[in-house]
Amino acid sequence: MASICFYFQLHQPYRLRHFTIFDRTPDYFDEAANRTILRRVADRCYLPTNALIHELIRRHGGRFRVAFSLTGVLLDQLARHAPEVITAFQRLAETGAVEFLAETYYHSLAFLYSREEFTAQVRQHTDRIRTLFGQTPRVFRNTELIYNNTLARAAADLGFQAVLCEGADHLLGYRAPTYLYTPPGLTGIKLLLKNYRLSDDIAFRFSDRTWAEWPLTSAKFARWVQQVNGNGYVVNLFMDYETFGEHQGAQTGIFDFLRHLPEEVFRLGADDFRTPRECITAYPASGEYDVPHMISWADTERDLSAWLGNAMQSNALHELYRLEPLVLQRGDPDLLEDWRRLQSSDHFYYMSTKHLADGAVHQYFNPYESPYDAFINFMNVLDHLRGRLGAAQRSA
Amino acid sequence: MRIFMLGWEFPPFISGGLGTACFGLTRGLDRLGAQVLFVLPRPVADAASHVRILSPASPTAAGPAEHPFGRSAAEFRQARFVALATTLQPYLRPVPQGGEAAASGGRTRTGGVRGVGQAAPAPGARSAVPGPTLGGGDHYSGDLFAEIERYANLACVLATHEEFDVVHAHDWMTYLAGMAVAAESGRPLVVHVHSTEFDRSGLHVNQRIYDIERAGMHAATRVICVSHLTRNIVLRHYGVAPEKVDVVYNAIDDDGPPEGSALPPITRDEKIVLFLGRITMQKGPEYFLAAAKRVLEVMDNVRFVMAGSGDMTRRMIELAAELGIGHKVLFTGFLRGNDVRRVFQMADLYVMPSVSEPFGIAPLEALSNDVPVLISKQSGVAEVLRHALKVDFWDIDEMANKIVAVLRHPPLQATLRDHGGFEVRRFSWVDAAANCLKVYETALAAAR
Repeated sequence: MASICFYFQLHQPYRLRHFTIFDRTPDYFDEAANRTILRRVADRCYLPTNALIHELIRRHGGRFRVAFSLTGVLLDQLARHAPEVITAFQRLAETGAVEFLAETYYHSLAFLYSREEFTAQVRQHTDRIRTLFGQTPRVFRNTELIYNNTLARAAADLGFQAVLCEGADHLLGYRAPTYLYTPPGLTGIKLLLKNYRLSDDIAFRFSDRTWAEWPLTSAKFARWVQQVNGNGYVVNLFMDYETFGEHQGAQTGIFDFLRHLPEEVFRLGADDFRTPRECITAYPASGEYDVPHMISWADTERDLSAWLGNAMQSNALHELYRLEPLVLQRGDPDLLEDWRRLQSSDHFYYMSTKHLADGAVHQYFNPYESPYDAFINFMNVLDHLRGRLGAAQRSA
Repeated sequence: MRIFMLGWEFPPFISGGLGTACFGLTRGLDRLGAQVLFVLPRPVADAASHVRILSPASPTAAGPAEHPFGRSAAEFRQARFVALATTLQPYLRPVPQGGEAAASGGRTRTGGVRGVGQAAPAPGARSAVPGPTLGGGDHYSGDLFAEIERYANLACVLATHEEFDVVHAHDWMTYLAGMAVAAESGRPLVVHVHSTEFDRSGLHVNQRIYDIERAGMHAATRVICVSHLTRNIVLRHYGVAPEKVDVVYNAIDDDGPPEGSALPPITRDEKIVLFLGRITMQKGPEYFLAAAKRVLEVMDNVRFVMAGSGDMTRRMIELAAELGIGHKVLFTGFLRGNDVRRVFQMADLYVMPSVSEPFGIAPLEALSNDVPVLISKQSGVAEVLRHALKVDFWDIDEMANKIVAVLRHPPLQATLRDHGGFEVRRFSWVDAAANCLKVYETALAAAR
């Protein structure tokens, strides 16, 4: 018996509008672009995939089960521009076959810069999930699966029972990501490791016609999962929800793949679907997964270099978090909200120069022509926000 | 491969990027083992003989200081250089006031020449020659077209004594010669478009020059453009068949600083933003000043340096005064050699606000001098340079916005400089020459 553990990530940042040094009004976010992108993703991915998952749960009597993590900034934007998506998720929650995970409300890198801010955002997110979907998250995923031993401890301190992270080869060695692990010296919390090969077969390679396994059918994938039996308990398929209908367009057959996957899995008889919380209840931890340095699920490096790879990114993040005491001291909710929206990791991802070399990476809805433009725009907004705080404008 | 190459500029006699490009390309070809015979018009003031072959084996009698190919001898193995006695000075644009050299935004002034049809001025008095005004095609020297024909005739005579595989002509001045030599020898013609009449003259196109450009492009077996920007102009405005037009980007050779040229460090409190190039309409100097005005509205300790000369210099000095920023703008006049390196060393940012720039080698030079660059999107180099800030030349606020960002945020400047300095090493003249060789092969295959 092996379990497929699906977790889908949903997030859209508040993208900044073009903001120059000459702009004077605290109007930082590109309302029109954000609404347009949200509508597009809702229509192409969120709504059709939710409907399909709902149908699969019904058809298989609740034996098809999945987990979602929705960021707070996405939920806020959905509430304004596509409330029917939230309704659809509420219906999914009512099936009892769906688990919602916890993360930072603003999809931030706060854990790296401010533990207080990190905790505040996780609490804010948990409250929102509880309010909207009537369940309290017990499993935590940090932004972009950024993780190390210290994060596991912080999650345990916040009462979580499990953390999702990347199953990195250099850390696993000969071991498989199909087992559950614990952080070194911590027994009360389990780790579920992303099976990046099988996850990426769906998320990245599904429509790649140069791939030897193309076309990937549900039956073939179910056989691959079955091969895990005898060498582990879980196949953790962690991916962006936009895989369905956006990264892999409907014409690639991705929806048919998902539609038939449960029946193919059940046909083979050995396997099932479980959510993260069900996995940690059903299966024991088999060893320690020691992660002294930060890892993530990004790029081939699986590290922080997508957000902290150059001097601009580091500078922008430091300058942003340097404002924390001032923002909190002011107690202005608008200011606090603006400051927190600026924390979304996307703003720093747009500043990455490491993808320029090969030009190959697909930067999803990146509003900038270059990482330099991203930095300049962000710093102009930050300068303006600093001005509102009454702090002296940084002298040139 | 033996190339009969027709040009009209070569260091140190250059007025812009063309001479620099011809030098780099010829050296690249030389290193790849191609045999280049480079044919140049020779300034009339220089000497008397019709044809002089200059090569390492047969050095010229002219003194080394004035020697047009003095630096070539040691740097070329195969190439030979020929100077024909014509007086071509197509882009001589006399300055309407004294005290300045003729336009020569590249590196060095054109020495000892005069415009055809004008009275020979006394030495050093050239800048006093009254010049035509900007606009129209009339800033070209008067009897230029006769000189072009003479150049073509002389090149044909020369060609009858030479063995070569292809004819390669650089820009419109040499197209007549290229067509004549190709017809005479039966060798395929490749024309190389470094700029078009539309770049140089905006909407005031000189019809005769346009006709020559068009004839050259249509007669050529292959056309090489320095960017896709230029290629599009060639396709759209000259009606050239797309399948015979290739793009070969310009490059820069990093030879390192010359020996014994270490400059003392410069300490200062001010930030410096640099414009370096010909001060002409094509280069967008007024947009630079307008952006400077906006920058100075939000920060104070910055100075704007305009290095170069050209027919808009005086107008720009007046404009700076009108904008009330005269005390913040420094006009250096034309710089050369160590002065260029020194001004780069002082600069925090190099700005190229060109209205129309077929390629633009200067940003590559800035990057190789560790200066980050802000370049106009209306430039060919913007197609290939990733680690540069880019802006529409007319977007003054955005230009100012980006200038301020570089001056205020050292990490931005450092990232641009580090990545840009690395990226610029990818632009090699040997690679450009290799691409030209491929074009020759295609031309030869088509001619068979």
